[in-house]
Amino acid sequence: MRIVFFLVTLFITVVLIIILNSRWLVPAPLGKLFSPQHGVWQNAEPADTDLNETLRFANMRGKTEVYFDDRLVPHVFAENDTDAFFVQGYLHAKFRLWQMEFQTHAAGGRLSEILGDKSGTTDILNIADRYFRRLGMTYAAENSLRLIEKDPVTKSVCDAYTAGVNAYIKTLTKSSMPLEYKLLGYEPEGWSNFKSALFLKYMSFDLAGYETDFEYTNARNALTKAVFIKMYPLVQDSADPIVPRGTLFAKPAVTPVVPRDADSLYFRYKLAENVLPVEPRKPDRANGSNNWAVSGTRTKSGYPILCNDPHLGLNLPSLWYEIQLHTPNFNVYGASFPCAPGVGIGFNDSCAFGFTNAGRDVRDYYSIQFRDDTKKQYLFQGEWKNTEFRVERFRIKDKPDFIDSVAYTVFGPVIFDDQYMGKSKDGNSYAVRWKAHDPSNEIMLFYKLNRAKNYGDYEDGIKSLHTPGQNVVFASKSGDIALWAQGQFPAKWRRQGDFVMPGTDSSYMWQGIIPQSENPHMINPARGFVSSANQFPADFTYPYYLGTSFPPYRGMIINKRLSAMENITPQDMMELQTDNYNVFASLIVPVLRKAVNENELSGDHKRFWNIMTSWNFRSDARETGATVFSVLFDSLEAVIWNDELAPVKNYTMPHESVLLEGLLRDSAYQFLDDVNTAKIETLGDNILAALQKAVPALKNAETDNRLEWARFKDTRINHLTRLPALSREHVNTGGGVHSINATKSVHGASWRMVVHLAPETEAYGVYPGGQNGNPGSKYYDNFVDTWAAGKYYSLFVMKGRDGLNKKIKFKLTFDRDNL
Amino acid sequence: MKLLVSIALIALLSFAASLYFPWWCIAVVALIVITLIPQPPLHAFLAGFISIFILWSVMAFWISINNEHILARRISLIILKMEAPLLLVLLTGFIGALIAGLAALAGSFLRKPVTHKSSDYHVH
Repeated sequence: MRIVFFLVTLFITVVLIIILNSRWLVPAPLGKLFSPQHGVWQNAEPADTDLNETLRFANMRGKTEVYFDDRLVPHVFAENDTDAFFVQGYLHAKFRLWQMEFQTHAAGGRLSEILGDKSGTTDILNIADRYFRRLGMTYAAENSLRLIEKDPVTKSVCDAYTAGVNAYIKTLTKSSMPLEYKLLGYEPEGWSNFKSALFLKYMSFDLAGYETDFEYTNARNALTKAVFIKMYPLVQDSADPIVPRGTLFAKPAVTPVVPRDADSLYFRYKLAENVLPVEPRKPDRANGSNNWAVSGTRTKSGYPILCNDPHLGLNLPSLWYEIQLHTPNFNVYGASFPCAPGVGIGFNDSCAFGFTNAGRDVRDYYSIQFRDDTKKQYLFQGEWKNTEFRVERFRIKDKPDFIDSVAYTVFGPVIFDDQYMGKSKDGNSYAVRWKAHDPSNEIMLFYKLNRAKNYGDYEDGIKSLHTPGQNVVFASKSGDIALWAQGQFPAKWRRQGDFVMPGTDSSYMWQGIIPQSENPHMINPARGFVSSANQFPADFTYPYYLGTSFPPYRGMIINKRLSAMENITPQDMMELQTDNYNVFASLIVPVLRKAVNENELSGDHKRFWNIMTSWNFRSDARETGATVFSVLFDSLEAVIWNDELAPVKNYTMPHESVLLEGLLRDSAYQFLDDVNTAKIETLGDNILAALQKAVPALKNAETDNRLEWARFKDTRINHLTRLPALSREHVNTGGGVHSINATKSVHGASWRMVVHLAPETEAYGVYPGGQNGNPGSKYYDNFVDTWAAGKYYSLFVMKGRDGLNKKIKFKLTFDRDNL
Repeated sequence: MKLLVSIALIALLSFAASLYFPWWCIAVVALIVITLIPQPPLHAFLAGFISIFILWSVMAFWISINNEHILARRISLIILKMEAPLLLVLLTGFIGALIAGLAALAGSFLRKPVTHKSSDYHVH
């Protein structure tokens, strides 16, 4: 009888262990997770963690000392470059390994492996993974990796970095694994140079991947030419380009030819055609940034100051990791990308550098005619040309693999066809030509900028930047300031690639690349500053077609403010960088006021209208006017455009500047009329209709105590898994679209930096995160409040191996393994 | 006395075994200890339960104090849907305790009943 009791109890115990060790019946393996010696408790770092240690690795050539300051920023002092990059790889992994792998899994279309094919309501397999593979992300990374590894310098840099990451991964045990691996239930794999290349392609997607080709084509097909051109114009009255109006440009080296049949095949308006697909996923339209450099003629000290704040999605762990790398060959400080060697935005002993997005159109779609369903041949130049197939295998958590065969054409991969984008398919197939598919070596860009000594080194370094195109700002202690709108940009005929193009012959292909020397640039201009904020790089005398989508307002206000400033100090620059003045609102609200008879308003309409009209145009955290303007303007846009756009499926809203400039030019702007009524509506009628829509939403916000801008905007910094418990929600901060401080809900200044290039470098910086990616560390999100308050840290640039400085908390030593 | 000895022994051996083996080694330890120090079922269960409850919750509590409860706050939000670090410590203790208690209970059935009290005296 006892044996029966024994067996029954044993059975229950074993079953319980299995349940608590798996996700079979409970959502998490609670036993494994909560065992204090194995599970998540192991990730609860003591608040006073001691990082002092000596590590030995066979890969090390000499001795490297890493001094961590009070913000956990490592100051790496290496005897040679290779060791510096090995140690950088090790440190990135030590503090950000899970993030590095997650980001590259995302870039490589492998999220289904760890999240499953569906996560909540998100179709991970189709929207994330298949889309990225069919866009050619891994194909692009393979192409770039070949170039990176062909160059002995970048190969050695990447090899050292990868070895460093892998050296850290080898130290991991099941207990010391980062928290997210335990929560999601998988383990890290090895790092490789390919993953660094993949990460750079992810940045290309993020910064050179916002496309409206299908939306524009849909609009073209539904609208008349006259209407289309007015809604999506190529000119912008308000543009204050990066290279000022009036700059003279040389005769272009490449003159693209418009295809002879373009009028009948391409510029075809108002057709009754099927609805084209839209990309299932787009990077944020607002991915942009500000950067500027002021020369010594405008500063109090007489030395240049360089500023940069890249606007990107805000996440925890942050995209950025601060680091100082010091070797006998260079000494650089700044924000690095966990995933890539070197420093992305920063400064060295001679100069400083920063980036904003160039926003040029380097991705186009071609309509492909396959011979039959096998997709083995497609029509090109009057012949049937063979496709090549790239077989994409998707491993899916808890499910069998999924195989996707993607046809490749002379243009690139066929991204949309009968196998993909089922619902919105129009029966056609579309190939994508993307500049990021071409080999490029952006590792070299950072390598060269990190050790640049003067303008010449900078100019040489940026030539390695092909995609994503960036406005690269530069300032040096020798007094030079410069800015290049750099990248490899196809030389396009006017409107080329704004719409989907015919893919049956070569006449619609890109005909050449704009020579690098012809990219818009400025060196030591008389006005004493260079700046960029994603606006048009040049005016319409620039001899190449620039594309359509450039936000003008941040650039306008930055240039206006800088022009008026003298005796500039770093403090002035920090104030400018965090300025919440909404320049667009300041321009359009007076126009709206003129159109409304305020005496006719009453009740809540009048109350909210008054809140907006008495607003100081500052999107500060506590302003209610900013909320009213935001909601009312959104409604106004809908009221004005929706009637014209009704026949267009999957449209993109005309830019705010189109509406404002239209109203400024003509008070009886044609789009004010509702095409569905007999009456001719005025701006006043439109505003009243917008108020009707906006006031209930505003009253709701008021009832919920969300009328103040920060509460309404509700900035949050999501963990990459979006688990609220690992995120920072309800961050109290101002700013928004059209303000220099472009902080929106989940997007904004991902790193703010101000560098004063005086003989003794003075630098300030902050990012909304923390150096340690472990949610169980006090260094996980400790910069967020400083960032939200618009404050900065004084960046500590360590001069020598001086561990005695009060700021230094720990010393981690890497040495040769002599065994 | 036996109860106290087995509580101490299970805790000590579980701690050591967990340095090298998966978390469920606590079950194996509890089973073996109770087989070696036979006790009636209720005592056995209590020995395993109390032992690991103390071991796990004290360890978790100590870790969490040193961590200023940063991690426990986040994890309790995920698992318990509320910010309750101390409840998470108790839950931790309970999960381990349940497994060890059951394993100890199984162990108590493995040996002859301890009703032959005389055998106890023979030892002295």
